[in-house]
Amino acid sequence: MAHPDAAPAKIILTAAEMARMVDRIAHQILEKTQGARDTILLGIPTRGVPLAARLAGRIRTFEDTEVPTGTLDVTLYRDDLRLRGGTRAVGPTTVPTGGVDGRRVVLVDDVLYSGRTVRAALDALSDLGRPRLVQLAVLVDRGHRELPIRPDYVGKNIPTSAAESVRVLLAETDGVDEVRLADRP
Amino acid sequence: MITHLLSAADLSAQDATGLFDIATQMDAAMTDREVKKLPTLRGRTVVNLFYEDSTRTRISFEAAAKRLSADVINFSAKGSSVAKGESLKDTALTLQAMGADAVVIRHPASGAAHRLAGWVRGSVVNAGDGTHEHPTQALLDAYTMRSRLGRLDGLSVAIVGDVLHSRVARSNVVLLATLGARVTLVAPPTLLPVGVAAWPARTCYDLDAVLPGSDVVMMLRVQRERMDDSFFPSAREYARRYGLDAARMARLPDHAIVMHPGPMNRGMEISAEVADSPRSTVVAQVANGVSVRMAVLYLLLGGAR
Repeated sequence: MAHPDAAPAKIILTAAEMARMVDRIAHQILEKTQGARDTILLGIPTRGVPLAARLAGRIRTFEDTEVPTGTLDVTLYRDDLRLRGGTRAVGPTTVPTGGVDGRRVVLVDDVLYSGRTVRAALDALSDLGRPRLVQLAVLVDRGHRELPIRPDYVGKNIPTSAAESVRVLLAETDGVDEVRLADRP
Repeated sequence: MITHLLSAADLSAQDATGLFDIATQMDAAMTDREVKKLPTLRGRTVVNLFYEDSTRTRISFEAAAKRLSADVINFSAKGSSVAKGESLKDTALTLQAMGADAVVIRHPASGAAHRLAGWVRGSVVNAGDGTHEHPTQALLDAYTMRSRLGRLDGLSVAIVGDVLHSRVARSNVVLLATLGARVTLVAPPTLLPVGVAAWPARTCYDLDAVLPGSDVVMMLRVQRERMDDSFFPSAREYARRYGLDAARMARLPDHAIVMHPGPMNRGMEISAEVADSPRSTVVAQVANGVSVRMAVLYLLLGGAR
């Protein structure tokens, strides 16, 4: 999805930096989950999904462990549906075989901001079953939380003002790996 | 997206396809899950306003609204203020005062849903108005065809029976034409409406000639309650010429499916053997009805007003 940039965007993270962060988060997940035992990664669309796949790929490289991945669409659980104009398309939710019951679930998203998406994801997750533990991995934490939500794994903390927008671009969805900071159009 | 769903003609091919995609996700959300309910329409109120007897449509809308966590108020004309002579408009204003976000209406008069849409602030969903339209039935039929046959564009669909009185047929013809299917209406001349030549469909009086080239056969219910005039000589003759039995079904291509909007008159338009055969999608249509109506309610009520 290309977006029209009103103001010139500043590139704040490059592809190499992003790759190092994904590597580090993969290591941290292995560390904190005893080698990713009973662990699944659920990506939150759109860009959490390829990120989850990348993390699973790095974990495979580092430890030769297969971490099941899935997709958790949170559209129907959002609290801001009625604040937006028009309704949003609903994406698929796919849970790896075996479900979420009794497993460690790591939610994966690109940017953590207000925390409302994660709140919706937690609700969606509890309708799927009862995980033993839920953690949150994000590439960028830009602050401005509106809910008591804290990530377990962070690629980079980027203090921003609410007047700015942070865009994570991924090769899978946008053709390029980079993170941009721009003034909100 | 649209504010009301009054006619199948309100939907573009893109709208309908988007709606089917959402219905697919609703389907998925209702299977393989611990909690078969979504919080999406929490705090919204859906009124089912039924002036005609209906079991499956009303229950289907009720189930759809409840699975999206909306509050449902059922209003049937029997035993209500309508029996005391209240007009549709006054009933509508009462519902409006109670804060209905959507009104699902079934009415014996064609155009009732359209009138209602001018009176209330919320969304109006036409659940069948007289012999005019029944758009959610057409949506669930098309959705069923898509999930069984994989596509709609280019499908040959035969709609067989009492087209004259059938709102299901009208809505299906409009929607299927929008989606690129070729529709053939098969009925005795007395049961085809005046002006059918202007519909985006072919007509034919001979069922046996149409069957071999059909991907879908949709049997319409013979509406005994509307059969006060003599539209055909006898029930037996109708069944012999336009009823689908096992011998006729054998003329269909192997992949073809048999549909019926229900309730079925077994032995009349469809034989028991056909109704219970693996080609019959009658049960799937009922299940799909809930998913499709969830998608409709989500699109009408889910966003900002």
